Amino acid sequence: MPVSPEAASPVEVRQGSVAIGGRPILRGIDLTVAPGEFLALMGANGSGKSTLVRAITGLLPLASGSLRLFGTPYADFRDWHRVGFVPQRSTASSGVPSTVWEVVASGRITRRRLFRPLSGQDRKAIADAIDVVGLADRAQHGISQLSGGQQQRALIARALAGEPDLLVLDEPTAGVDLANQHALADALGVLKSRGATIVLVAHELGPMEPLIDRAIVMRDGRVAHSGPAVLGDDGHHHHTVAGTHDHVPHVGSPLDELGGGR
Amino acid sequence: MSDFLSLFSLPFMQRALVAALLTGLAAPAIGTFLVQRRLALLGDGIGHVAVTGVAIGLLTGASPTWTAVVVAVLGAVLIEVIRERGHTNGDVALALLFYGGLAGGVLITGLAGQGAARLQEYLFGSLTSISAGDVWFTLGLTVVLLLTTLGLLPQLFAVSSDPDFARVAGLRVRAYNLLVAVLAAVTVTVAMRTVGLLLVSALMVVPVATSQQLARSFRTTLTGAMVVGVVAALGGLLLSAALSFRATVAPGPTIVLLALAMFASTWPIGVWLRRRRRLLAPFPSVVDETHTVTDEHPHAHGQDCGHRAVPHADHVDYVHDGHRHAVHGEHYDEH
Repeated sequence: MPVSPEAASPVEVRQGSVAIGGRPILRGIDLTVAPGEFLALMGANGSGKSTLVRAITGLLPLASGSLRLFGTPYADFRDWHRVGFVPQRSTASSGVPSTVWEVVASGRITRRRLFRPLSGQDRKAIADAIDVVGLADRAQHGISQLSGGQQQRALIARALAGEPDLLVLDEPTAGVDLANQHALADALGVLKSRGATIVLVAHELGPMEPLIDRAIVMRDGRVAHSGPAVLGDDGHHHHTVAGTHDHVPHVGSPLDELGGGR
Repeated sequence: MSDFLSLFSLPFMQRALVAALLTGLAAPAIGTFLVQRRLALLGDGIGHVAVTGVAIGLLTGASPTWTAVVVAVLGAVLIEVIRERGHTNGDVALALLFYGGLAGGVLITGLAGQGAARLQEYLFGSLTSISAGDVWFTLGLTVVLLLTTLGLLPQLFAVSSDPDFARVAGLRVRAYNLLVAVLAAVTVTVAMRTVGLLLVSALMVVPVATSQQLARSFRTTLTGAMVVGVVAALGGLLLSAALSFRATVAPGPTIVLLALAMFASTWPIGVWLRRRRRLLAPFPSVVDETHTVTDEHPHAHGQDCGHRAVPHADHVDYVHDGHRHAVHGEHYDEH
């Protein structure tokens, strides 16, 4: 869905802080994502990038500060069909078998009314989403039969089925082989060309690097760097200089999971 | 045989058949969502709590069915809240509720001056003593249940397969989770007279497990589970009626054992299907430039040559003895 240039910024965090179990994890976050921007959130484990994504999507409440989505304060925001969320892959399989089509179709939920069957337009959007991630020939396969990378692509298709203007992805490349990373980058490239805003958490950019407009590097719950994705040897990325404090204390990681995931 | 057929003209048997049919439809419908959320034993927990509800009914003289509905719904909400808040030790809290419910039920029944026989009707079902009012009650609850589960199928599917995603999609996850718990409680009380509180969970879970063996999608699992549920409920009732000329056969356990037999018979088929699917899954098309020609190969591969043909990129590989042979002109390549 194309976004008009004068549109309000999809994500705006002002002086946001997030506490998990009473312990401040993110502090003083100022973040504005421009319409159509492809933003990468980077940083070491425990630096708070996943927490930030969960705060943006409302899964974690802000302890202080403000969050606006498409210009609307979070508390008043109801246009959830404009937001597509791709959680970490661990949630893809469940107790009952389901096909790729069914999982992707469940993403259309944001635009469906209660007690109404799928419309032709819904079906078209679902088929299109499966097509963009290149799983058209697998639509009727069980989701658990797919490889990890393919499952990740199915989850992206699920978010796309709602035709969101803003796509938020939490570590889509973790544990995904290079071929699937390329397929993933291709799909995100198509979305970017359609004008979608993309916020993505990643350890390594890999094949997605040319698509990135801006990278934000998180360190210890704060934004340490914001700028073009010129990474690799400046010390911010991945391997930190020995002796610097670059993680929240070790207790932070299990707490993070406790409050944020299930 | 004519004895058996004449059973159908008996009003109590007709009522029992209708009740069994409704239970067979309702229990697997909600059970599918419980299995999806990996809460297969939730129905069992609610069943135990509902025992206390029945006992309160016996003590106060109110209808045990209604008190069971109220207590089961309260218990289901409590279990759901504990599950949501309790994190890791949720199952211990659940166990406390299970046994509290059962012990409370037996104790209160004793206080009410009722014998174990009266409670047993509810613990293990008493299909043949169902009144016309019970049948209408069952029908009403089943209609509400099926309308809600099937009407809200997309929402319930989204919530039970990925709660985080559902929340960001704007669904009220907690409300839907509570709805599932309440519907499960209603189902438990619907099935109480058919298979009994202690066996309710079987009718919610076993048909789903059976249907899963053959189904690949959520929808077919759900439909299949309802078919299995109906066949087991009606079949079990008829079987116990047919056998009742020779021995005392209770319908409740017969229904559950029949459902288990259906699971046992589909399980090997499921194992075989999954194995076959795995073996026939296409090989990933990796760009591999090495060209390895097989040694002199006396066998001509082709359709029905006896070796499994598995798709690999734009051709098929013939699999045998740990090799993958692909046709290349006049010879075979090792792939």
